[in-house]
Amino acid sequence: METITSIKPLLAVLASLLVVPILVTSTRLPNVREAWTFVAAAAKFLIVLSMLPTVLKGTEIVYTVAEFLPGAAIKFRVDALGMLFALVSSSLWIVTSAYSIGYMRGLKEHSQTRYFCYFAICLSATIGVAFSANLLTLYLFYEMLSLATYPLVCHHQDPEARKSGRKYLLYVVGTSIAFVLPAMLISYNLAGTLEFAKQGFLAGTGSKNLMMLLLVLLVFGFAKVAIMPFHAWLPAAMVAPTPVSALLHAVAVVKVGAFSILRVITGVFGTDLLLNLHLGTLVCYIAAFTVIVASLIALTQDELKRRLAFSTIGQLSYIVLGIALLSPKGMIGGMTHIAMHAFGKITLFFCAGAIAVATGKKYVSQMVGIGKRMPVTMIAFFIGSLSVIGLPPTGGFFSKWYLVLGTLQADQMPMLIVLLGSSLLNAAYFLPIVYKAFFCTPEESMFENRIEEAPPWCVVPLVVTAVCSIVLFFYPTVFLNLATLAIGK
Amino acid sequence: MSQQYPALLVVVPLLAALVICGAGWVNKRLCFPIAVAGLGVAAYSCIGLLLRVLDEGVIVYKLGGWDPPMGIAYYVDHLNGLVLVVVSVVALLNLIASKKSVAQEFPDKIGPFYALYVLMVTGLLGIVVTGDAFNLYVLLEIASLTGYGLLAMGEDRAPLAALNYLYMGTIGACFYLLGVGYLYIITGSLNMVDIARILPSLYQSKAVLGAFMICMVGVWLKMAFFPLHAWLPNAYTYASSAASSLIAPLVTKVMIYVMIRLILTVFTPEFAFNILAVSEPIVWLAVIAIVMGAILALGERNLKKMLTYIIIAEVGYMVGGAWLGNRVGMTGAILHIVNDALMTLCLFLVVGNIVHKVKGYAFEDLKGLFRKMPFTMCAFVVGALSIIGVPPTCGFFSKWYLISGAIQAGHYAFMVALLFSSLVNVVLFFRIIEIAFFEPFTDHHAHGHDHQPEPIDEAPLTMLVPLWIVAAALVIVGIYTGDIVNNIIQFAIPEGII
Amino acid sequence: MPELISTIVAKYNYWIYITLMMIGLYAMIAKNNLVKKIVGMSIFQTAIILFYVSIGAKRGATIPILEHGHGSSHITHAVDYINPLPHVLMLTAIVVAVATLGVALALAVKVYNQYNTLEEDEILTQMREK
Repeated sequence: METITSIKPLLAVLASLLVVPILVTSTRLPNVREAWTFVAAAAKFLIVLSMLPTVLKGTEIVYTVAEFLPGAAIKFRVDALGMLFALVSSSLWIVTSAYSIGYMRGLKEHSQTRYFCYFAICLSATIGVAFSANLLTLYLFYEMLSLATYPLVCHHQDPEARKSGRKYLLYVVGTSIAFVLPAMLISYNLAGTLEFAKQGFLAGTGSKNLMMLLLVLLVFGFAKVAIMPFHAWLPAAMVAPTPVSALLHAVAVVKVGAFSILRVITGVFGTDLLLNLHLGTLVCYIAAFTVIVASLIALTQDELKRRLAFSTIGQLSYIVLGIALLSPKGMIGGMTHIAMHAFGKITLFFCAGAIAVATGKKYVSQMVGIGKRMPVTMIAFFIGSLSVIGLPPTGGFFSKWYLVLGTLQADQMPMLIVLLGSSLLNAAYFLPIVYKAFFCTPEESMFENRIEEAPPWCVVPLVVTAVCSIVLFFYPTVFLNLATLAIGK
Repeated sequence: MSQQYPALLVVVPLLAALVICGAGWVNKRLCFPIAVAGLGVAAYSCIGLLLRVLDEGVIVYKLGGWDPPMGIAYYVDHLNGLVLVVVSVVALLNLIASKKSVAQEFPDKIGPFYALYVLMVTGLLGIVVTGDAFNLYVLLEIASLTGYGLLAMGEDRAPLAALNYLYMGTIGACFYLLGVGYLYIITGSLNMVDIARILPSLYQSKAVLGAFMICMVGVWLKMAFFPLHAWLPNAYTYASSAASSLIAPLVTKVMIYVMIRLILTVFTPEFAFNILAVSEPIVWLAVIAIVMGAILALGERNLKKMLTYIIIAEVGYMVGGAWLGNRVGMTGAILHIVNDALMTLCLFLVVGNIVHKVKGYAFEDLKGLFRKMPFTMCAFVVGALSIIGVPPTCGFFSKWYLISGAIQAGHYAFMVALLFSSLVNVVLFFRIIEIAFFEPFTDHHAHGHDHQPEPIDEAPLTMLVPLWIVAAALVIVGIYTGDIVNNIIQFAIPEGII
Repeated sequence: MPELISTIVAKYNYWIYITLMMIGLYAMIAKNNLVKKIVGMSIFQTAIILFYVSIGAKRGATIPILEHGHGSSHITHAVDYINPLPHVLMLTAIVVAVATLGVALALAVKVYNQYNTLEEDEILTQMREK
């Protein structure tokens, strides 16, 4: 593998971090502050984009910041998988920034500077995770993300936010210290390095039982992926403002969890090792359990954001499941699902937020007939739902298609049944909302028959992401190519 | 000039302390500059000395030109070179940071305070630099006696707490003296290197064992190792903020240094780890210290006292790391001396700033501080993250070495204890962050949305700038851990330990 | 039994210092009065000073002063003199002990001025009442 050294990955991480002091100093000038957020977002996206051609050629970009032990440095490496994730999160940050402005100003939220600052820090950490070259760097940015999200989750500063903040920290930081840290150190002492390798750095270093222990510690330790029983923080974190739920709890934070597990399976253990030890199946079953149970719980939730949260929990486990199948098709499916689900789910959250801004409604049962009041929003909602369910003409179809192919390739019939069954469940908890929104009798409708959308800052972003979901159906090549490159087969 | 660094770093502060005493009678405003000058020279010498050691290796300085073992010699190697820099820099930074709080808390005792302050630093530097076991005792008592005085200048309960500390401290120092006495009986020498040369043929002697254990108990008492910790929380809590932010970071750390020096140089690792079979029980004691420190800290509703229990847990980290008996663990312990000194200084300076503005440090006094003192609280968060052990702060990296050491030694209980204490630290610090972040400063409008933002009312710049230097140092030291370990600590540990 | 007694008698200096040390320690732990504790502390320190002084002694040796002074051709035998070094060390230790005593008494005075008592339990009750 050809590598070149360039400072670009570091710049991509720093782009949003360096803007924080400027944001702080421009507290009194909201327009300037928001302009700077856009500058940072655009800069970040462009830096990431500028590395795309290099990566698509199969070249990796590396940059070492500081080496603290041999094999354990603060080091960046841009490969196809990291690129895929970075591309998704940095592009969606631009859209979310626009949406944030509409949402925060629409609801006249307090402490907006703090909000934008921590948002920027979160994005730095996300890109840091995407580009980290070893487990130590990944852990560093993972922790940074956990801590930077805390003020966002607690944004409302009321007792409920406080309780959720506690839960969030307990689950996310608690598991990473209690599980990931020892697992990382044990791995380091076994292998003498933490550098992600094509076939894992743990191959041939320990007994099967030790590998199983490490795998379980790492899979549950990265609790941001919300695998049951470490999922309860995600519904609780929904007290945050909607843009936070949208970008962080549908894309950045949770996908960082999924991404970390991807790295663990491909870079730490390596598919061959897991295949030989038959440990992939173990993870498959853990993930499958979460997929089904989360979908069933989602059916029962009345609060829209909580329903979306449980849906996210299920969808995240798709990614884990796809990777754990250890078949090339399944892995491509899991990787592309990071992107496809991101666009679909962020649309859904944007819609939920737009409804809250325009009508103040948060519960599904209050949304009967809302399609006539907010048609654009609800059409976008429909498109988002299709993408999450995995139906054409949306990008979600591709990832699910590959996941299904992956189960066949890996000869895992039970997993096929899980995937198909949960797709039906997805449809069961999303489509009724859309149906009730548009097709209800005038008596049932809870809204006046008058079109009144949320402010344009809210509506435009959700239209953009919805359109992206459809575009991804027709042009999924970038993500598919990156995923194919990433598995290297 | 640079040949005289080892003497300068003790003599200059010693003289400065005398001059301050006199100057205090003439004009109080003279005291502070003299103290800064004295400690500045000391810090400069320490840094110069460390650079020389990196260049030339071990430096032997014969006081008065007398050859050891007859005369007293100062030995400076990588281990105490590093500790010297930490002690002098921490003392200097704290001196500058606490100028305003000294002037606020006891305006009429400025002269005596600075005299004691500088004298105490002299004692601490002397303990670290000396190569003579009895000389160490004398300097230990200089540092302790001044320490009692400093700690007693505080709140109402301070004198009694200091008196209790004095009883325990004296017992500790006497035990150390007794141990040295036995060593002298056996070897007829007081020079550390000389003792180490004579001892190997006597390892089987019970008197050596006795001397070793008596010394250890004495040192443990002085560093507040868990069952012997009872004096520490009250003494540190009720002292003035300037004194506690000097003593809390340094005294326990210097005593850890003494312990490591005894293990590495005087008794040699071969004796301590292989011939005596006490590593295992001592690491278990450290495990208990860490767990109990964490649990006791959980029970406190008072920031300063909570920090003192965290110190007790941290002492457990270092004792355990040193006694794991492998290179990685020892590296972790030495690295943690540096890191913990900085972390503790950072947090105690924060407490100093809070006391300066709010006049209290109970949890209720911390409400709304993120609005009122944002810069101080930012530094607090950095310090807290370092104690929790979040990368890239330095606390993470020393924990890394300590846990690696535990894994290599197969001592998983120590690893679990470290992780447990990290988790407890998360709870401890986020509990405070919650209070400072959520609860409004005044309780008139309990609801978070509509209360008027409290105007920013920060501590003066002379307190903030040193605090920020320390906070930045936490991250910088963390990032350069690799260099510190490869260039300094690696040479501080003898080849014998693998 | 006779052997035991002879061992004890042969090393009587150690037994004395240990006894003194324990008396001091007992006073520091068990006494309620702050000054009594300080007295205990002094006994404790003195015990160690005595220990040091006793280890310099030798059977049949004299005090370490050279009788013939400068310029004489007498050969000095170290065996004839007791070891002066521990005694010299103890000069320093006595100074330290005195200083410690001074600090301790000063602190006790401060405590007394605050609470008007030196009994620890009374001080603790006063603290609790506050």
